[in-house]
Amino acid sequence: MDLSAINPILLVAAMIAAATPILLAAIGELVVERAGVLNLGVEGMMITGAVCGFIITVNTGSPTVGFIAAAIGGAVLSLLFAFLTQVALANQVASGLALTLFGLGLSALMGQSYVGIKPPRTESTPLGSLADIPVIGPIVFGHDLIVYLGLAIVAATWATLKFTRAGLVLRAVGENHDAAHALGYKVKRIRTLAIMFGGACAGLGGAYISLIRVPQWTEGMTAGVGWIALALVVFASWKPWRVLLGAYLFGGITQLQLNLQGAGVAIPVEYLAMSPYIVTIIVLVILSADKSRAPGSLGRTFHASG
Amino acid sequence: MKFTTLLASAAMVLGLGGAALADGHEKTKVGFVYVGPIGDGGWTYEHDKGRLAVEAEFGDKVETVYVENVAEGPDSERVMTQMALDGADLIFTTSFGYMDPTNNVAAKFPDVKFEHATGYKRLHPNVSTYSARFYEGRAIQGHIAGKMTKSNIIGYIGSFPIPEVIRGINSAYIHAAKVNPDVEFKIIWVYTWFDPAKEADAAKVLIEQGADVVLQHTDSTAPQAAAQEAGGVVTFGQASDMGQYAPFPRVSSIIDDWAPYYIARTRAVMDGTWEQKDTWDGIGAGMVGIGEITDAVPADVKEEALALKAALADGSYHAFTGPLNKQDGSPFLAEGETADDGTLAGMNFYVEGIEGEIPQ
Repeated sequence: MDLSAINPILLVAAMIAAATPILLAAIGELVVERAGVLNLGVEGMMITGAVCGFIITVNTGSPTVGFIAAAIGGAVLSLLFAFLTQVALANQVASGLALTLFGLGLSALMGQSYVGIKPPRTESTPLGSLADIPVIGPIVFGHDLIVYLGLAIVAATWATLKFTRAGLVLRAVGENHDAAHALGYKVKRIRTLAIMFGGACAGLGGAYISLIRVPQWTEGMTAGVGWIALALVVFASWKPWRVLLGAYLFGGITQLQLNLQGAGVAIPVEYLAMSPYIVTIIVLVILSADKSRAPGSLGRTFHASG
Repeated sequence: MKFTTLLASAAMVLGLGGAALADGHEKTKVGFVYVGPIGDGGWTYEHDKGRLAVEAEFGDKVETVYVENVAEGPDSERVMTQMALDGADLIFTTSFGYMDPTNNVAAKFPDVKFEHATGYKRLHPNVSTYSARFYEGRAIQGHIAGKMTKSNIIGYIGSFPIPEVIRGINSAYIHAAKVNPDVEFKIIWVYTWFDPAKEADAAKVLIEQGADVVLQHTDSTAPQAAAQEAGGVVTFGQASDMGQYAPFPRVSSIIDDWAPYYIARTRAVMDGTWEQKDTWDGIGAGMVGIGEITDAVPADVKEEALALKAALADGSYHAFTGPLNKQDGSPFLAEGETADDGTLAGMNFYVEGIEGEIPQ
């Protein structure tokens, strides 16, 4: 055992990189669910975003354009879900699962000629010289723009839901769509916008994996991150800051357990391997003891018949 | 209600008709069950190349079907059952974790032939097993790794702690330590065959902890990308050539070549000569290929590696040749003794010098 082999600064940086895709996908899904829609297609939207971002980045040479394309790709795919559930009034669970399967297949098709290509590097220090401050620099200021964008989206989502009229309307739609409809709010339009926001965030998260974390395109490369994000939203009791905590906890322990394995710590590997899931669930379940509950209309189909 | 009953009966009639057609079919139907996507660039990609080779060899006389991303365990049983019901004559199940499901399904379909890759259970006469002696390739990797490392730390990304993976670790370590007694192995188990993000994370951790050579026993090219990003880190292609990362970081590779075996077994089914057997071929028989050793490797090391390859191929050298001790110091092989296939197939211990414990 050699704990000195673990560099805490690199560990924190790796933790943030591991947490960002989950965080982005989860905060998008949180908004969708707060609007009363259960979209199980997160994985499909992520992988579509991953491939869209990759293709555009390789062709334009600009990761920024790639990330924008990833968000658009995820949002466009989510429109399919919006059409099925909001216009055709299809079952949300089935439509979401179909979206995941469709996204995995579509992305494999789109990415066929991009296997084995190396994307242009994403600049990792937008904050320049601040990153040179010892210890704090690499931990706080040494990341790429998407990490800060993820944090900004969490803060903005929290503020919007809590303090603004738009947030109130969104929550009303999610809690009781009939009442919101009676008040004259366009339930379907609001839900469609929320679904698109969720798709864009998932797409960004996917592109973070294909452009920064790995970086390459491989079929099926999100490998279940979308499902973890979905679970995280529930365990975080639909609260933005808890999603952030959960994602960092999950990413952090994932990295920590790899580091501990590398350093040869005498904890059985099975326990280390399951620790990210267990610790995240335990912490968030303890936090959710304050009787938070799911949005009232979550997963229910709305039809303006009444 | 009537209408749905009608629909159901219609579906059943169609289904039965389909089954009848399937029984009288002309073409030999060959099914493949894959653990990852065919675009993984590694393990599954090579199996699928084998499938395409079968199609190319027999043309209209065969029909191949495959299912990708099949989870190991109960779900794979459903996929195999469906394939058998759909009229497959021969089914290749291409991952270790399909071992029990393959045998369970084989019991239910005695007329369908099953071929399970990398397993050892043949509970029914219609189940064969086949594998490649990847450890021979690992010996060559270990030799190059031991010569190339400057930090004397070699990282190893393990998938699952099963004999096949442990054998590879041992073989690589024995040959690395032979040329570089100071070498140390850092092993990280990721408990997945295919998860590019996790594989990349594991590679990064190993590199951060000082490894300048990273060996992988997982299926994607993500560790190669991580090594390229870090710079100055040597990797080897796993299961497939992964030549897109040559000449550096990928300096050589183990290539699985399943095509000749798949063609031979399909032909045996067509001829009616298929019999249960256990195939375990290595470099000599061509089932394990060694990808081009690039110029990033010094010429003398390359020469030694090729000599080692030749010795392994003609059988004059065995990758597990004594004297060797187990990790706890107890004797494993005496001077000049080589490991028998039974020991190798069930290998569940590290050799002396590797630190850490194998997860049980």
